[in-house]
Amino acid sequence: MIRVKILTLVLLFAFLVACAVQTHPFGKPDQTFMDDYFIQNGQAETGSNNIVSSVVFDYRGFDTLGEASILFAAAMGVFLVLRRVEK
Amino acid sequence: MKRSSESGMSVIVRTVTCVAAIPVIIFGLYVIMHGHLTPGGGFAGGAIIATMTALFIVAEGGDAADRLGRGMLLTAESAGLVLFALLAFLGLRTTFFYNFLANSGSIFGTQVPFGPNPGYLETAGVIPLMNLVVGLEVFAALSLVVIFMFSYRREEQ
Repeated sequence: MIRVKILTLVLLFAFLVACAVQTHPFGKPDQTFMDDYFIQNGQAETGSNNIVSSVVFDYRGFDTLGEASILFAAAMGVFLVLRRVEK
Repeated sequence: MKRSSESGMSVIVRTVTCVAAIPVIIFGLYVIMHGHLTPGGGFAGGAIIATMTALFIVAEGGDAADRLGRGMLLTAESAGLVLFALLAFLGLRTTFFYNFLANSGSIFGTQVPFGPNPGYLETAGVIPLMNLVVGLEVFAALSLVVIFMFSYRREEQ
């Protein structure tokens, strides 16, 4: 039984080492079409220096609308659960 | 409003809270208003201002949670979300969430030069306005959550 455990551990460690060796190099993505587009045209199209802000509020604004709605729903849920009930 | 025997923490803590409130709120407004120039934005700035609500309640004790205007906060929260959706719908002439104010020459419509620049406040179209309304909504929502949880805990005792 102990042999199986040690074998499993060694195999797992070898797998993790192989994964770590083959990891994608940091800062070198394969597909850069969208990144290049945002960096090249973001300032001209939205006038925002902050590319993250222009993505969050302009290019992917619909996502932010859902985010704000979820926050609203969370506050309403707390209000519904913890409100005062007249007895 | 009557003050019960439970009146919060010491005078030192309450005074420091009042003194700290001004720079913290100003910093939160700065983060909101410069959301299109620096890291941060509506969500981060609203959370910074809502921190002040929590600190105020902790310092002033349980009665403070009842004294804060909940109706106003509820209105601010709803108004923030509605104005955000309205700003999104205003660009519907082209698409949903179209930045119709950017590079238009009107308010927040100045063109920005490409590349690194000092950062001009009157740029980016609807992004500063959206940051403003989202900051209002996040501040009101987080404050309401803190207030409701605190007053619920008091009633349990």
